[in-house]
Amino acid sequence: MLSAETIVQSLASGLLMGLLYGLIAVGLALIFGLMDVVNFAHGEFLMTAMYATFGLAVLVGLDPLLSAPLVAAALFVFGALVYLGIVRFAMRAKKNIGMVQIFTTFGLAILMQGLAQFLFTPDYRSIANSWLGGKTLSVGDIFLPVPQLAGAVVSIATFGLLYFVINRTDFGRALEATREDAGAVALVGIDRNRVFAIGWGLGAALVGLAGAIMATFFYIYPDVGSSFALIAYVTVALGGFGSVFGAFAGGIIIGLVEAITAMILPPSLKSVGIYSVYLAVVFLRPRGLFGSI
Amino acid sequence: MDAASFAQGRFREFMLAVLLVAGVATLPLFVKDVYIQNILVLTLMYAALSQSWNILGGYCGQISLGHALYFGLGAYTTALLFTKFGVLPWFGMLGGGLIAALIALALGYPCFRLRGHYFVIATIVIAETAYLLFLNWDWAGAALGVDMPVRLDSWVTFQFARSKLPYFYFALMLAFVTWIVTWAFENSKWGYWWRAVKDNADAAESLGVVVFHSKMAAAAVSAFFTAVGGSFYAQFVAYIDPGSVMSFQFSLLIALPAVLGGIGTLWGPALGAAVLIPLTELTRSYMGGTGKGIDLIVYGMLVISVALARPDGIVGLFARRRRARASA
Repeated sequence: MLSAETIVQSLASGLLMGLLYGLIAVGLALIFGLMDVVNFAHGEFLMTAMYATFGLAVLVGLDPLLSAPLVAAALFVFGALVYLGIVRFAMRAKKNIGMVQIFTTFGLAILMQGLAQFLFTPDYRSIANSWLGGKTLSVGDIFLPVPQLAGAVVSIATFGLLYFVINRTDFGRALEATREDAGAVALVGIDRNRVFAIGWGLGAALVGLAGAIMATFFYIYPDVGSSFALIAYVTVALGGFGSVFGAFAGGIIIGLVEAITAMILPPSLKSVGIYSVYLAVVFLRPRGLFGSI
Repeated sequence: MDAASFAQGRFREFMLAVLLVAGVATLPLFVKDVYIQNILVLTLMYAALSQSWNILGGYCGQISLGHALYFGLGAYTTALLFTKFGVLPWFGMLGGGLIAALIALALGYPCFRLRGHYFVIATIVIAETAYLLFLNWDWAGAALGVDMPVRLDSWVTFQFARSKLPYFYFALMLAFVTWIVTWAFENSKWGYWWRAVKDNADAAESLGVVVFHSKMAAAAVSAFFTAVGGSFYAQFVAYIDPGSVMSFQFSLLIALPAVLGGIGTLWGPALGAAVLIPLTELTRSYMGGTGKGIDLIVYGMLVISVALARPDGIVGLFARRRRARASA
């Protein structure tokens, strides 16, 4: 039976999860806004961050909370390298450019899954002991899982920081200028490739941060990224492709919809609610909720 | 190029296809190994599937990453009609094709208003939803799927327990039929409309191309043949479950041969399948069994390198001659 308490409880967990979904998706939105490329390996970036967090916990005994900045930094380098080593060349295609971008990043996703399987086997891993893992916080009659709570706090703080970076710094202005007209910025002395590489680095670092927190409460396995990637695409599309703050709102909506669906339908169908909301939104507003153009 | 040499060129393409089919049809004379025969059947099946996908994704430019939905519908229609009601697979095949085409039209109505990535993600999301529904649909076997025991080793029930060759010949015919359909459409009003929609939908619309109807027609034809391929697959493996016929991975597998071979081209899908399927099957059996993911690594690198090195697909390698001919 659904009591008022269980409903509030579900919505609260949904909200926390939604904030985390926003953090997972924002890197995707950032990269898309910058250069019109959907990174179909986004889920594998998340998976990489989770394995990195796991590795640091097992080998060095570093708690995920401490390794999160390291993982984000490592992912920054990785993301920039992926741009410089692969995506940069995909952007040069003369024909079928959309197709080339889709399938290069898909190829990368398959490759990364294969590498993860090769290095870590398909086994499910989890971080047994961490400061956050397995703890709950009770507020009145509601119990909030601490890892998700931490994720929500990190997410809000990160979005605040992003707002500052995009609106108040030179880099933010260069980013904005490049996304408006990548050809023209070259004329004012902005190195387009550099901005793109930093954009990819930043996008990967953001999903890296999300991955470090996810690692405290979710199993880690080679294709863990796939299901979260689809949620991230839906989040980004819902918010309007490329809108960084659309991703924030989109994430919250997705988290709540998922929680509500899980109350009504069998748990195995909870994603159906998310997918239906996506379809309903784009059918009524083909540019997503907050999309411009 | 004048009309006569154009017609001649098309006739030459057709004769080449006939010769190729005849050549492939003799392969079982030399290939007795059942494992290799199995790979041949799969290669031909993917050639047919990717050729069907190519009509919507390649010619009309509407990239669907949800074609597993139509494949699954074909497979499930045949399997359920046969096991629950004893309806012969031939009717199931036709029925599955028609159901898939109708659903493609119903889905196309709202989806074809979407552009770019919104459309691609809508196709993924719709197929995923169907996958989850089938996974929870008890009457259709849910996650356990549908087992199709052999009732009669014959063409009547389209079940063969002793030999793979009938499946081989059917798959060859299916690949040939989808090729001919593409070949026929290529030079029809629809074929030109599809390419106009792909190149620039707004410009096409202003020149009187009915963009929406073009997309709908391409979707219906594409879905029909994809579902027929699904029906064939159900008969071939005699067991289906949502994971094997409706998963997202399968949608990718349907699109990849066309992408590798050359998207929106007549020969691309077959060429792509001929390279990709044997390669993936062989790496899977020689290196995948170890669970080390080497097959995935090889596969991923192959996709990246082809996408980067040959954006117009393997067909691009042969294109120079054709371009020279076209400009003459």
